[in-house]
Formats: sequence, C-alpha cells, structure tokens
Amino acid sequence: MKYILMMTGTKAKFNSFAKWSKEDLRANVAFMRAFSKELKDSGVFVSTVGLAFPDQAKIVRAGGDGEPITDGVFPESKEFLAGYWIIDVESPEQAYRIAARASTAPGPGGIRGSIPIEVRPVIDQLPEELLR
Amino acid sequence: MIGQTLDIPIEHLLRELTPQVLGAVARRFHDFAAAEDAVQEALLAAVIQWPREGMPDNPRGWLIQVAARRMTDYLRSEEARRRRESTVATEAGEQAPAADGDHETEQDDTLTLLFMCCHPALTQSSAIALTLRAVGGLTTAEIAHAFLVPEATMAQRISRAKQSIKASGVPFQLPTSQERAQRLRAVLHVLYLIFNEGYVSSAGPHVQRLELAREAIRLARSVHALLPDDGEVAGLLALMLLTDARRPARTGPEGELIPLTKQDRTLWNQADISEGIALLTAALAKGSVGAYQLQAAIAAVHDEATRAEDTDWPQILALYELLQRVSDNPMVALNHAIAAAMVHGPSKGLELLRALDSDTRISGHYRLDAVRAHLLEMAGDYTAAITHYRIAAGGTTSVPERNYLITHAARLGESATSPDGPDGPDGPYKRHR
Repeated sequence: MKYILMMTGTKAKFNSFAKWSKEDLRANVAFMRAFSKELKDSGVFVSTVGLAFPDQAKIVRAGGDGEPITDGVFPESKEFLAGYWIIDVESPEQAYRIAARASTAPGPGGIRGSIPIEVRPVIDQLPEELLR
Repeated sequence: MIGQTLDIPIEHLLRELTPQVLGAVARRFHDFAAAEDAVQEALLAAVIQWPREGMPDNPRGWLIQVAARRMTDYLRSEEARRRRESTVATEAGEQAPAADGDHETEQDDTLTLLFMCCHPALTQSSAIALTLRAVGGLTTAEIAHAFLVPEATMAQRISRAKQSIKASGVPFQLPTSQERAQRLRAVLHVLYLIFNEGYVSSAGPHVQRLELAREAIRLARSVHALLPDDGEVAGLLALMLLTDARRPARTGPEGELIPLTKQDRTLWNQADISEGIALLTAALAKGSVGAYQLQAAIAAVHDEATRAEDTDWPQILALYELLQRVSDNPMVALNHAIAAAMVHGPSKGLELLRALDSDTRISGHYRLDAVRAHLLEMAGDYTAAITHYRIAAGGTTSVPERNYLITHAARLGESATSPDGPDGPDGPYKRHR
C-alpha cells in the first residue's frame, strides 16, 4: 500500500525557518537526510520532493481566452506544501509510524519537532473482488 | 525488460531453470543469500551471451557453473576482505564443476525454496518480492516495475528479506512434517497475493502488471506438479485459472471495469475454464475440501453460466455457506449476503449486512457500503442506493472502482425518475419490492 506523507506550513512558518541559525539548519538538513536514508534502507521509499518557498508560489487559472491568469498574494493563514514523501508499506499503522518520525524533525535550538504531517493513501491498486 | 531483447523461449527457459539452479548452488555453498545473488548474475550472463553465442547444450549445467564461479569469486573477495587464509574459497573453487560436467543431483528444490521465501519471519511484501526473484527468476527491475517502486527500493527489500532469513537460521531443507501444513498455507497465500496483485491491477495504465498473474499461475502449476495430491494446491491453481479466464472481458476499451453481470462472456477463455474445472473436479473427489477449492468452485459456477441470468445462485449460496464455515472472513460474509439476496431477495441480503455493521473488521469499510448500495438498488430504493454508492466511492483507493461507483450513482440518479428505473424493464436484477 502506498501512502503520501505531506509536510505543510503557513507562510509565517516558512519565514521563521528562513531566520534559523546555521546550526539549526544543519541539524534539520541532517535529520531529513537520515530520514530519507532510513526510508531507502528499509525498502519502503518510492519518491520525495522538496518545494521552493511559498514566495514563489502562484495560483494559475485559465482566463476566458485560455491565457494564464496568475495570483500570488495569499492570506497569512494559508497552508503551503513544503514537500512530500511517497512510501510503500504493509499497513496504515506503519505509514503513521513513519509520519510520526518525520514529524520530529528538529526546529530552532535543536528542539524536537511535532510538525503535522498529512498522510493519505495513494490510489494504485484495485481490491481483489469484482464489482457486482 | 528482458522480454524486449530476448526471444520469449529463452526468457521462459531461464525462469523455469532458476529454482533448480539456485537450489543446486545454495546446497553446495550453504549460503542461500549469496547463492541467490550469484544465480541472478548467471541469469544476466545468459541473457547477454546465449543470443550471441548460441544456447549451450546443457543450459542448466551452464548456469550452475557460472553461478558457482561467481560464488567462488564472492567467497574469495570476502576472505580477502577479512584478510584471512581463504580455505573455504579454495575448497569451493575445487568443487566447481568442469564445463558440461554437471553432476549435481537432479532433485527439484522449488518447494524448499518456496518454503524459504515464504517464511513467516518475512513481511508479506518481502516474501512476494523474494519469491518472484528466487523462484520466479524475475529480475529486480522487473519486480520493481510490477509493483511501481524504484528498483533500488526493491533491491533493498530483497536484500533485507535475505538478511532476515539468514538471521532466523532457517536451514535449506523442507520443513518438518509438523510444520509443513502451516508453512504450505503461507506459500499458497503468497502465490495468491501475487496473483491478485496482477489480476486486480490489470486495468488502465497498469497493463504491464498482467505478468504477475501469469507468473503466479506458473508458480502454482509447478507446486501442483510437485504436490499433485494436495487438494488446496490444486484448488488454488483452479481458482487462478477460473478467475483469469474472465480477464479479456473484465475491462472496457478505456480501462473501465465491467462487472460480472455485464461482461461479454464469449470473450472468456474456455481453455482456462476447462482446465480449472478439471483440476477442481479431481481435487474435490479426493475429499478434504478447503477454502481455495470452495472459492474455485464458486468461480466455476459463474464461469459455467452462458448468460448472467443463468447463474446458479442457489449453488453459489450453498458454497458460500460452506466457505464461511472454513474461513472466518468478513469479505466472505459480504459475498454470502449478495448470494442470499440473489436467491431470497434483497431484504434477506440487507438483513445479513446489518449483522456485519457490528463487525469491527468491516464496519465502515467502503465495500460494505458498495454491497449495501447494490442491494438497495435491487430493492428499488434508489435514493438510499445513491447515498451508499457515493459513500463507497469516497472510501475506495482504486481509480477504476471509484469511477465505476460514481457513474453508477449518477446513472441511478438520472433515471430514478424514469418509470422503468436505471436498467429499463429488463434490467439485470429481478427487483423484489
């Protein structure tokens, strides 16, 4: 069963991240690297991406002529995706345990985090019985 | 993929030979994990050399010889790494056979390997991956492709599975007679999971996964050849054949699912059906009926009906009642409710579903909603049926199934107001109001 683990944060969270000390950043990067390696070593890793800061985010819609209309001013409270991992595991419980591990990524002062991680099944396979 | 660069017969031959070659090498060197790697390398060498230089006279001996050489190299480098005298490697090297001088025992180690790869110490996904590589002879890349994960992830999964086997100290031999029945159940379950993975995901963009269903049938066939008197082995092979026979009719041109009642039955594979029924008949005659034989029997009853409305539902209902006695599975109970509704009317089926609402293994599962929706539709309560189809659509993690449930709810909504209902006056289900 495949699951996506999505790490999100408000713009304020991203902005505070930009003000972290070098040591704090280094600790966070080291954690992320170790976490990815754990996923790979345990044979559950499918893919991962990290995203640019929300400053560069644009909402795009098609105008009447099909040309893009962009919009980039978002309310402070809006949650932005920071990155995700896709994993292939035996059970939802295993996905939750791995998400909880990602949630502990250290914050400023090296303090253990408790970041919310959204976990959702990735649609992939069909159940065994035929529909009736 | 091997299939693109090689003639199919060579690929098939290699897969057939894999367990025999691995068994011989693992036996000689007493190291299953390393032998498994060496055999993969030998298979790869064959893929490159055979089309170019021609097939050797004794392909099995050739593969054993190449794998044994790799094994010797591996043991030497291991020894060098440890900076010790390489007594083991030298001994092993001396034992390597001369060209074509294959004096290995001809015994078939397929069963021993299957028991090892499906050891209860392994997780299901590891057992599946290892079985496909060590017994099925598939490459890591092929297995990764079939399960839609990166090759490195699948390689890691296989290597961890082999480490677990090593750590658990399982000897390379058949399980004791006390353990044997239980361990065989584990093997059959892994083959069943491989089959399902291939069968259920064959819709839409995942056509390449058909290979898994074929692979599972091939492995089940080899187990049946080795244990011809085991009714459940025959039952599992029959179940696979009787289910796979419907594959050509199961999806439409857009990859959309076609339910059993609407399939073009002329597309069903009659050769598979005949073979499945013959296997099942022979197995049932031997007594000791198990869950795979009963499921195969149910599949056979469906396959024998030329039209959906000819289906012998009373017989299916009786088989589900037997199946419920040997397998305490809520999914079986769900199908039993459908069969009861087909025989005694939807209110009987809905009554059986109410009993499942308190079963924590299935209450809240989308499939309970899907079946309830179906029975409510049969009963003519379209409003409630639409509600449950939509709940079910929200709960499934399969795109074709979600699309099916949503479109079904929509069609029911559009035509609920028409006097004949969604399927017209001659709809597929008799309505019992």
